[in-house]
Amino acid sequence: MAATFSLRIVSPEGNVLKENVEFVVLPGGLGELGILPNHAPLIAGLDVGVIRYTLNGKTNQAAIAGGFVEVVDNAAVVLADSAELAEQIDVKRAVEAKERALKRLGSRTNEIDLQRAEYALRRAAARLNAAGDKK
Amino acid sequence: MAGAQDIRRRIRSVRNMEQITKAMKMVSAAKLRKAQLKLNAARPYASQLQGVLERLAQAPVDIVHPLLKERPVQKVVYVLITSDRGLCGGYNANLIRKTAGLIAETPQEVKLVTVGRKGRDFFRRGKIEFLAEFVALGDEPSYNQAKQIAQEVIRLYEQGEADEVYLLYTEFVTAMTQRPTQVKLLPIKQPEGKQGKQYIFEPSPEAILTTLLPKYVETQIFRTILEGKASEQGARMTAMSSATDNAKDMIGRLSLAMNRARQAAITTEISEIVSGAAALE
Repeated sequence: MAATFSLRIVSPEGNVLKENVEFVVLPGGLGELGILPNHAPLIAGLDVGVIRYTLNGKTNQAAIAGGFVEVVDNAAVVLADSAELAEQIDVKRAVEAKERALKRLGSRTNEIDLQRAEYALRRAAARLNAAGDKK
Repeated sequence: MAGAQDIRRRIRSVRNMEQITKAMKMVSAAKLRKAQLKLNAARPYASQLQGVLERLAQAPVDIVHPLLKERPVQKVVYVLITSDRGLCGGYNANLIRKTAGLIAETPQEVKLVTVGRKGRDFFRRGKIEFLAEFVALGDEPSYNQAKQIAQEVIRLYEQGEADEVYLLYTEFVTAMTQRPTQVKLLPIKQPEGKQGKQYIFEPSPEAILTTLLPKYVETQIFRTILEGKASEQGARMTAMSSATDNAKDMIGRLSLAMNRARQAAITTEISEIVSGAAALE
């Protein structure tokens, strides 16, 4: 059996995941961040993106909308603004959100709206990515 | 004494009220359970965030951030969290009374940010200036709503509209007990660093702090709103439960009065017949 460590994903709306995993890749602020068992203590900022975690040799995915990760004592805790496992993602809603964001980016509006639309677009893309690769 | 017909009418109207209060009681019991679940669900995130903040404080760098910095206090902002709807006993009244007391005691300039219709409506009549108001959060407030409020509060703080921000909300103790509470939101209390493991910070402690502190404010507001919601439903449940009991009592008393009135009417009728018959003899 491969060595494992505990991975927890929590969002303000509740616990999303709690598993013993073998490997996890996180969307770090400076690029992807791979964590294996017995990692050194780490606190890192996370970007909007996809989390891939390996559970019993199988890779699963989850989408998060930014946050932090703390790794200590062979446990990784992801604090996400929002998080969904691949199977929980509402693809239809994400597609709609993506279209809405694209439309808003296309029309010229002020700076804040653009930022918000871009953020929404990235979240939608992350959700679609996480959900899509599963099939 | 009122006629039996009038009393019967009153009984019917009280019984209708009883049915309404009973239904409201059951609805709020269900909503209370949901609100409590949400409150519990939000806890791990909040405590974890607090933990990360403490571990940041032990990093070998000076923690400096506008949201942590204490300034001479000239302007105080109270964020008042009340409900949108009434019929929840003393829930709003208690908190509003506490707030009014606090405002009277505060020597500095006070301004308000209100969350929920009841607090807004009450203080709109007064002289206190509103900086922002949020209404119609619904029965299940989302994190995004809390985020919007937090962003507004942070903006006010950073622009110097407020030197201190307090949250006034009702803490949920049990379904029967709710406590009006005040907590300081900003500036954030300098976290105490405990000596512990050496962490790697990526990209840097400062960068993490800059994104973490606003989230800390968001979770605080989110938690107090959830506490408020749970308290509101608890207060409503208790209020509706005692209203139902009162209605039951009243129906009992009215039925007694009605029976007595009916009996009196029968007695009068009999005695009229008897005396009529006696007059013929």
